[in-house]
Amino acid sequence: MSAQEKIWDIPGGIHPAERKELSNRTPIQQAPLPKRLVLPLGQHIGTVAEPCVVVGQRVRKGEKIAEANGVVSVPLHAPTSGTVVFIGEQPYPHASGILAPAIVIDSDGLDEWIELAPHPDYRSLEPGELLTLIREAGISGLGGAGFPTAVKITARPTQKIHTLIINGTECEPYITADDLLMRERAGELVSGIDILVQLIQPDQVLIGIEDNKPEAIAAVRDACSERSYQVRVFPTKYPSGGEKQLIQILTGVEVPSGGLPADIGILCQNVGTCVAIHDAVVHGKPLISRITTLTGEALTRPGNVEALLGTPVGELLEFAGLDTSKLNRLIMGGPMMGFTLLSLDVPLIKTSNCLLASTAAELPPPPPAMPCIRCGECAEACPASLLPQQLHFFALGQEHEQLKAHNLFDCIECGACAYVCPSSIPLVQYYRAAKAEIRELEQKQLKAEHSKQRFEQRQERLRRAEEQKEAERKARAEKAARAKAAQAEAPPAAAAAPADETLKKLKIEASMAQVALKKAEKQLAAHDTPELQAQVSELRAAAKAAQQALADAQTAAPAPTPAPAPKPTGDEVLKKAKIEAAMLKAQLRKLEKIENPDDEQQAEITRVRQQLEAAEKALADLEKQAPAPAAKPAGDDALKKAKVELAMKRAELKKAEKAGADEAALQPLRDALTAAEQALHAAEAASGKPAPELVRSERPGVDEKFKALKTEAAFARADLRKLERDESAAGEALEQARTRLTEAERKLNEYQP
Amino acid sequence: MTELILIMVSAILVNNFVLVQFLGLCPFMGVSKKIETAIGLSLATTFVLTLAAMCSYLVQQYVLKPLDLEFLRTISFILVIAVTVQFTEMVVNKTSPLLYRVLGIFLPLITTNCIVLGVALLNANKAEFTFITATANGFAAGLGFSLVLVLFAAMRERIAIADVPKSFQGAAIGMITAGLMSLAFMGFAGLIKL
Amino acid sequence: MSLVLIAVLALLGLCLIAGAILGFAAVRFKVEGDPIAEQINALLPQTQCGQCGYPGCKPYAEAIAGGDKINKCPPGGEATIQALADLLDVEAEPLDAVEGEKPQMVAFIREAECIGCTKCIQACPVDAIVGAARQMHTVIASECTGCDLCVEPCPVDCIDMIEVGSTVQSWKWDKPLAPGQLIASDREQAA
Repeated sequence: MSAQEKIWDIPGGIHPAERKELSNRTPIQQAPLPKRLVLPLGQHIGTVAEPCVVVGQRVRKGEKIAEANGVVSVPLHAPTSGTVVFIGEQPYPHASGILAPAIVIDSDGLDEWIELAPHPDYRSLEPGELLTLIREAGISGLGGAGFPTAVKITARPTQKIHTLIINGTECEPYITADDLLMRERAGELVSGIDILVQLIQPDQVLIGIEDNKPEAIAAVRDACSERSYQVRVFPTKYPSGGEKQLIQILTGVEVPSGGLPADIGILCQNVGTCVAIHDAVVHGKPLISRITTLTGEALTRPGNVEALLGTPVGELLEFAGLDTSKLNRLIMGGPMMGFTLLSLDVPLIKTSNCLLASTAAELPPPPPAMPCIRCGECAEACPASLLPQQLHFFALGQEHEQLKAHNLFDCIECGACAYVCPSSIPLVQYYRAAKAEIRELEQKQLKAEHSKQRFEQRQERLRRAEEQKEAERKARAEKAARAKAAQAEAPPAAAAAPADETLKKLKIEASMAQVALKKAEKQLAAHDTPELQAQVSELRAAAKAAQQALADAQTAAPAPTPAPAPKPTGDEVLKKAKIEAAMLKAQLRKLEKIENPDDEQQAEITRVRQQLEAAEKALADLEKQAPAPAAKPAGDDALKKAKVELAMKRAELKKAEKAGADEAALQPLRDALTAAEQALHAAEAASGKPAPELVRSERPGVDEKFKALKTEAAFARADLRKLERDESAAGEALEQARTRLTEAERKLNEYQP
Repeated sequence: MTELILIMVSAILVNNFVLVQFLGLCPFMGVSKKIETAIGLSLATTFVLTLAAMCSYLVQQYVLKPLDLEFLRTISFILVIAVTVQFTEMVVNKTSPLLYRVLGIFLPLITTNCIVLGVALLNANKAEFTFITATANGFAAGLGFSLVLVLFAAMRERIAIADVPKSFQGAAIGMITAGLMSLAFMGFAGLIKL
Repeated sequence: MSLVLIAVLALLGLCLIAGAILGFAAVRFKVEGDPIAEQINALLPQTQCGQCGYPGCKPYAEAIAGGDKINKCPPGGEATIQALADLLDVEAEPLDAVEGEKPQMVAFIREAECIGCTKCIQACPVDAIVGAARQMHTVIASECTGCDLCVEPCPVDCIDMIEVGSTVQSWKWDKPLAPGQLIASDREQAA
């Protein structure tokens, strides 16, 4: 070995039985075309792809069926021609057995390719274009992890990659997919490496292969005889094929804890990925198939197949002659890092490099775990120089800080420590559970911090709104106080003031009693119970008493003078009179709303009406007196006023129509409306503005009745549901609620707008 | 200088106040569940020990001896120690409220820690001690206490997640461990003749 | 006689000096506020749901700083109780709630039934509901903490609390069972 062909060694490591002879003696076979393919949308690390086909659509081989979603994502392509029959949850190869979204294609047997866009002369392409080709071909790492290749190449854009390492190690027992690939497709492999070299321009290319694959080594050496790529052979040890471990073996450099190989200028790609890149760029074929090892003693014809993605695992195993009576455990992946499949329905995905159909004797169930005897074998076997024993105890005691301090997240979960443990402790399970716990806790903390911020911002917002309201209230109060102070010289108000106070109080009490009575009556209408009836009669009595007290007080006291006398400025007085009139009008309106006014209320109504008349007369007088106040407010003001007048009159008319007033009452209102319109026209003419385009929009407006019916139905539904949830509800209450709901719905359906 | 070193080695290892002289066992067992609290308490106790040794020496030399009030030794030392501990409490509360909260009752209990009064009285008994040696003795006693407390806390943390049989869990296994540590410290016996 | 007098005077002198030192220290090392409540608040899940009996997480944190029990927070669950126990060096007790630890929930508004009354918007402590008067309301799922405060005010009862199930991405491994019991009495205990 020359000086430049130096290799280093990784700490630890184990030498399990290789069992590669089961499947490395036959060439790669083509798996038969399956009838149905299930393509999960998330076959890679990163965001799940978005489907871009619909059910019933016919797709051809290589046609894109799902778009990449975001940066860390890859698109998905149809592995054969056929029809999309279903998009939704399907079985997914995962240790949990959870379903995942997928696209199901029924193949039509024609295997018809889409039009391809090959680039045999890729040397003229820009790096960006090459990356796009790689990304659009749906290529993610085929070594086992499945990280999107285009993203991995550009992970650290500012860092120059000086060494490209091609991973042909395949250190895990049983798996021979990469071995066969290197033997039979060394040419494509080297072509793929050429493309990568053009893309990243490294200083050197190292191809790492373990020494248990002599044919593959020879084939690859042969294929890159013209080039400067160096094939490095090193002794077989598990887990040399791990990215960080291979880098250490070939360059002696360690990837920093928590960092990427790109941080130290190294990029590592699997041989399968390189062949896929070649296919994508040179032939324009997207990633739709992969080489998978079918092995295990439960198979009669173990070997390697080139299988389409999405092929159900059961079909592949059948092709390899599965003997279900012997099958004890089906593992996807190798015996060290694979996971057990719970059913044979799961499809093959981009990262499935091996299917291991094992018998009970081949991979016996693990013996029960015993307590740790602190022998230290695990620490000797760890390729990442961690302390598995300590990690085990910290994981038991859930000491997350200590776990992080002991670099739990640098563990590659290779399983070497569990392999050597004399107490058969499932160490990797502890680490996986601990990692998941720590990640979950960190996420929860972030979420809690975020929620706290939102909560505090909301409190801030509410506080500001309160402050603003307070400020406005204060301003209004100040204004009122100033206004009051301005004309408060009149003492006559003083005498009336205390009487006013008590009067006011009584008025308030009376109206409050009235409101309470109203509420109770409404409730009574909804649910008729003796208690409610008693309540209602009580309230009625109370309301009557309050009214009585009020009437007495009113007859005793002199009628409160609406506005005390003085005249600071003509404008002020005018304004005041206007306010008075408006207030009285409002009072009158409220009183008129009372449905069945009794005698006292009737008296009240007439009294208020008289007061209103008096106030309006006073106002009219004042207006006449005041020298045409604001004589000619600029034409604009008049215009505005006229517009407002018109709107008001229109509203009044509408209200009256709604209230079902008779013609006699409506006519004067209509006249007033026409008068207001004329006034508006006059004002417009006077202001000299161009006549606006009066587009009277004939919107039908919301149908009141329909809305009311809908609301009633909604309330009925809600009431029923609340009653249903309440266990102590009486049967007949439920019945009533149900009938109410059906009534409301019936009315709603029948209603014709 | 050699004398100082000898005194310190003696106080820390040979005649360790906790494991050899069996003083101050209450905080030793009570605050050793977590290393952070143990470190906190041991720093506080060392601080108190040094200050108390200094102040009690001064009181002994310049108040009790001249005025012939040797019989008031205990009560005046207790007074000095109580003041020192109260002062320490306020400092801890200011610098680390969490530690203050976590130590809880054990902080004022340093007043009753036999080591503190023990060191003060031992210093007073040894007529040949100067101010410096008395202070060094106090400081070294604190260091010895800290050493043992932190060691014990580290062991208890590991024991907490180990598979201890039900009947031994908690204080029982702690006592056994302390006993074994004490046996180990017997190995220092005879290292220094003092 | 004079000895007693001297003794008393000496002790008095010592006490006065001691008092002076302590008085000075009390002023110099005064501690304002309660920084512990802040640290406790940082461990609570911030759902502001009120299930602990306090109107929000900060008030409960202050109560714990004042000595209240740490096992009253259902959304925080066992993990929070353990974290609080570690922080305050107290015993971790089991959760003191009626229903025990519930899985993570998210609110969902059935938009067909929403009448746009904004009552739920006013109830949400983290403003996770988007909407306005007479406009459609909807829950921003990523902001919702599952505190349950919006369900009551809704007059048409159109809000559901849905469990956040696990997907392939969010599924996590279970912890393996503890290694076998060694002592016969422990095995009996377990059985």
